[in-house]
Amino acid sequence: MEKSIEEINLRIQEGNAHIVTAEEMPGIVDELGEAGALKEVDVVTTGTFGAMCSSGAFFNFGHSDPPIRMERAWMNDVELYSGIAAVDAYLGVTQESETQGSAYGGAHVLEDLISGKSIELRASSKGTDCYPRKTLSTEILLHDLNEAIMCNPRNSYQRYAAATNSTDNTLNTYMGTLLPDYGNVSFSGAGLLSPLINDPKLKLIGSGVPIFLCGSKGMIIGQGTQSSPGTLFATLMTTGNLKEMSPDYLRAATFKNYGVSCYIGLGVPIPVTDLETVRNTAIRDEDIMTNIIDYGVPGRNRPTVKTVSYAELKSGCIELNGEEVRTSSLSSYKKAREIAQELKKWVSSGQMTMTLPTRPSDASRTVNPMRESKRTPRVMEIMNRNVTCISQDADIKTAAKKLLRGETNHLPVLNDENKVVGIVTTYDVSKAIIKENVNDSVSMVMSKNVISTTPGEAVDIAAMKLERNNISALPVIDEEGRLLGILTGTDLGKLLGKRWYK
Amino acid sequence: MKLLVKIHKKRGQEPIIARTVLDTGVLINVERANIESMSGEVLIEVADPEAKRVCDRLKEFGAEVERLEDSVCRNEEECIDCGECVSVCPQNVFSFDEEWNITLKTEKCVLCGKCVEACPHNALSLHQ
Repeated sequence: MEKSIEEINLRIQEGNAHIVTAEEMPGIVDELGEAGALKEVDVVTTGTFGAMCSSGAFFNFGHSDPPIRMERAWMNDVELYSGIAAVDAYLGVTQESETQGSAYGGAHVLEDLISGKSIELRASSKGTDCYPRKTLSTEILLHDLNEAIMCNPRNSYQRYAAATNSTDNTLNTYMGTLLPDYGNVSFSGAGLLSPLINDPKLKLIGSGVPIFLCGSKGMIIGQGTQSSPGTLFATLMTTGNLKEMSPDYLRAATFKNYGVSCYIGLGVPIPVTDLETVRNTAIRDEDIMTNIIDYGVPGRNRPTVKTVSYAELKSGCIELNGEEVRTSSLSSYKKAREIAQELKKWVSSGQMTMTLPTRPSDASRTVNPMRESKRTPRVMEIMNRNVTCISQDADIKTAAKKLLRGETNHLPVLNDENKVVGIVTTYDVSKAIIKENVNDSVSMVMSKNVISTTPGEAVDIAAMKLERNNISALPVIDEEGRLLGILTGTDLGKLLGKRWYK
Repeated sequence: MKLLVKIHKKRGQEPIIARTVLDTGVLINVERANIESMSGEVLIEVADPEAKRVCDRLKEFGAEVERLEDSVCRNEEECIDCGECVSVCPQNVFSFDEEWNITLKTEKCVLCGKCVEACPHNALSLHQ
């Protein structure tokens, strides 16, 4: 280490430390060179303000008289996890209200508490000899609680994959509203201001390091859940005192058709101890690359559409498949800047000094997928392989006969190469017959926009397609678009009663 | 200028927008249309100097016409300047200024409501 923590802390205490934000650092290194910047700059502050689902708080409510051993507990009708102890409970930010649904959730309870609002606490119990009380209902304020400790399992992703949507329908996701046909790109993260992007080897950001957390002086517990520094997707587990937090830096949010999340403001001060730290903190948005992922694919492994830099994403517009596509940020860069500035004030005024991580972090680890001992059923296992179909040149009369004979309501329509080009239903045919168009070809009445499935698709996804599009059958096709079978609501019904299906 | 045109179908299926374009020679931009079985509402945009002529002609066809000055409202207390609204708006109403504050070009808004649904912070609304 070329500059020790003690040296930096001494300067902070004497009021002589030079503190800059990660946004200012690239310019300083340009001007002074790396060695010059190391000499000049003592601490680089970072900041981010975005939706961080994996957050929540532990509470200790104190004991009532007679006392209760809370087995279930709610704050403003949002259920807490109370399987810890009599009056300890954890509130997760994404938990939704039992009466208001996604309009109000755990994040809203936290925001209301730190805004000084009164919260209704309810609890129930079977009653024991030592805790005889069975029900409880009381109005509480944040300062009434013994402890309210924010403890967030996963915060502050190093960077995020950006999102787009290849399908014909708008998708409502945790990455916000994704317009059809690659209509927009949504991204998150503060780019060069993001804490972990400034310390990719996790040498200075780790256990015990003091941070800005929603306006309080918090601390890093260690790497967060799902942390994957080996792929530049590291995360942090963090903690802070809810009683010291401000609603300026903690905001509840609701994503349409997704649910509740919480915007968390977080900043980490990084002591500039050596040239490597200088280089790391001089990173620019142009150097931070991320993939744009197609959320139109409903599986875990979504295809990458393009790799772009945060500079491109922040510019408001990127080029995708030869077209200009507008970008939306989910996290607030303005707030991220405010946090980095606030942290700069804290360190400059000696309110916060630097600490090295108390334990080393493994910067090579990567995240694993779930081990699934039972594979969810696939379309091929329940699809109907004996499918009656029709050529696009056949007339309506033929279609009517086939529907009757095949005892089916859907006829996939094939072209000369046996590829599915449409689907015709009993309804389409009946309508044509009433209009006395029996000699028209099937291609004139068929639906051309065929919603289909593949043999390897999970049954859950196929069921969602039927429900979303309000249809009752999906042709099953191979990669070339050739017909392999058909999946109907009835086939899905066969799975009813089996374990996987509620 | 944005004009909200209310049409009543009791008067038959007259193509009154097309007629108005032909008669006045003014180009009309249809921003949004909501047609029910007995009535309809069409939001059109025309150049300010031509608005009176278009308005008069539409009224002669029996339509009600009002000048639309409302636009989406932003609650500055709730807004955190994230920018989720920027790319979902079909009219490019939202953008960032140099300090990363969200700014609105309210005159472009056609009250489609897409941003209201997309805003994670419930900061946008269509009525004052």
